Amino acid sequence: MTESFLNARTTAVTRPPAPVKRWTKTRIIGHVLVAFWAALIIGLLLDLYSAWDIVLIQTYGPKYWQGLVTTLTLVFSSIIFGAILSIPVAYGRMTKNKIASAVAYAYVYFFRGTPLIAQVFLMYYGVSEFRSFLETIGLWWFFREAWYCGFLAFALNTAAYQAEILRGAIQSVPLGQWEGAASLGVSKFVTFRKVILPQALIVALRPYGNEVILMIKGSAIVALITVYDIMGYTKLAYSRTFDFQAYLWAAIIYLLLVEVLRHIWDWMERRITRHLIR
Amino acid sequence: MGSIALLGFGEGGWGLSIASGILVTVTLALATLPIGLLIGFFVALGKQAEEPSIRLAANMYTTIFRGLPELLTLFLVYFGAQIGIQKLGALLGFSGTIEINSFLAGMFAMGAVFSSYASEVFLSAFRAIPRGQYEGGYAIGLSYGQTMWKVVLPQLIRVALPGLSNLWMILLKDTALVSAIGLADILRQTGVAARVTKHAFLFYGTACLIYLVLAILSSFVINAIERRTTASGVRR
Repeated sequence: MTESFLNARTTAVTRPPAPVKRWTKTRIIGHVLVAFWAALIIGLLLDLYSAWDIVLIQTYGPKYWQGLVTTLTLVFSSIIFGAILSIPVAYGRMTKNKIASAVAYAYVYFFRGTPLIAQVFLMYYGVSEFRSFLETIGLWWFFREAWYCGFLAFALNTAAYQAEILRGAIQSVPLGQWEGAASLGVSKFVTFRKVILPQALIVALRPYGNEVILMIKGSAIVALITVYDIMGYTKLAYSRTFDFQAYLWAAIIYLLLVEVLRHIWDWMERRITRHLIR
Repeated sequence: MGSIALLGFGEGGWGLSIASGILVTVTLALATLPIGLLIGFFVALGKQAEEPSIRLAANMYTTIFRGLPELLTLFLVYFGAQIGIQKLGALLGFSGTIEINSFLAGMFAMGAVFSSYASEVFLSAFRAIPRGQYEGGYAIGLSYGQTMWKVVLPQLIRVALPGLSNLWMILLKDTALVSAIGLADILRQTGVAARVTKHAFLFYGTACLIYLVLAILSSFVINAIERRTTASGVRR
């Protein structure tokens, strides 16, 4: 009897019906918005497909590749140079020496307070005003080339931003870490290298990633001083063909570049914070 | 001719044209701000919606406009709108060239970039507001819109202000890009002066200093606003 009773129970159980997904106002709006994006993207892809011209791709495809290489070398060389330059600037921002700290503050304020495009123009068009002087000291070969000017302007600019990132990260490490190492008799330099820096770099990783992405986006500016990066070849292709797909391809390349970098950075962050996950 | 005379307002001085450039830059930044804030707010609302399709649409918006270089966004809007309207005009039987106002193009492009960053600022500010604030609003019979407007928004602005003032500084600097599509802003005017007088360093240096002064002036205004909002808020 118990058995039949149990059986009766199990068959009698009816699960509540799944909640009906109503077509609420927000759901309709959401679907309309997604449909709008999908239509836009499919439309652009169809446009690219219908405008597919093998001659055009053969002419400008390799140029876009060259542009990509130029953009990447420009960005990464200026970021590395800026990173080296940012160390004394960050030191100046943290030191008690009044003069050094004022100079570092003025440097950071100038490069963060003015547009990158104005700095690039100042470096390229402005410095060429002193051509005869630069020729006498033998630096004209450097400032004659738009690529070098862009590189220098970017390096100086990113050095200011990176100095602030570095300073913020180092100051985010509690003072007790310094004191703890000092009480163990560890020298200041070793403390910095083995105790402070590893902790600071974890904090700095995300801002550094943002800075790399900002530099990649900012590097499009060099197209305006006749450097042929992605944007430069895009402008060239557009001015010759008046075909809007030139800009669409550039947009696709930049979006892919930024998304790839973002994912690399997410992966790096997950990896170096493994020991912090509880 | 001395550099003071070149920058002055007298005969052969470029002061007047540079001053008009300052006016254009400031107007453009001020015109972009409300659009960017409004769109950014709604995109932030969309990102925290329960409906997945709205979240997807909002996230696509930020992915696109934060991933594209600002200069490219500007060109896409400027040339894209020109071609789009031209096609629309052809469809309606209108032939002839249509010029897009570069001020409007700059405003929309900068607004799109600003709003995608602003949505992130608003989103993190939304997370700082406890659930109980909404519940309290509903409990005394306010509608969703009223709760948002009278209870959440005043607190939201206070939390979001530092991030938004940062974005304002970025916007002010980004407006310099519109000189590339021919709008007569500070950089354009000083560039013209530099080409005519051959004193490029003087004029581009002046442009940099003007942007610095604008940044310093806005930091004063922002500090005043911040003092006001914190004074009217509760102490935490």
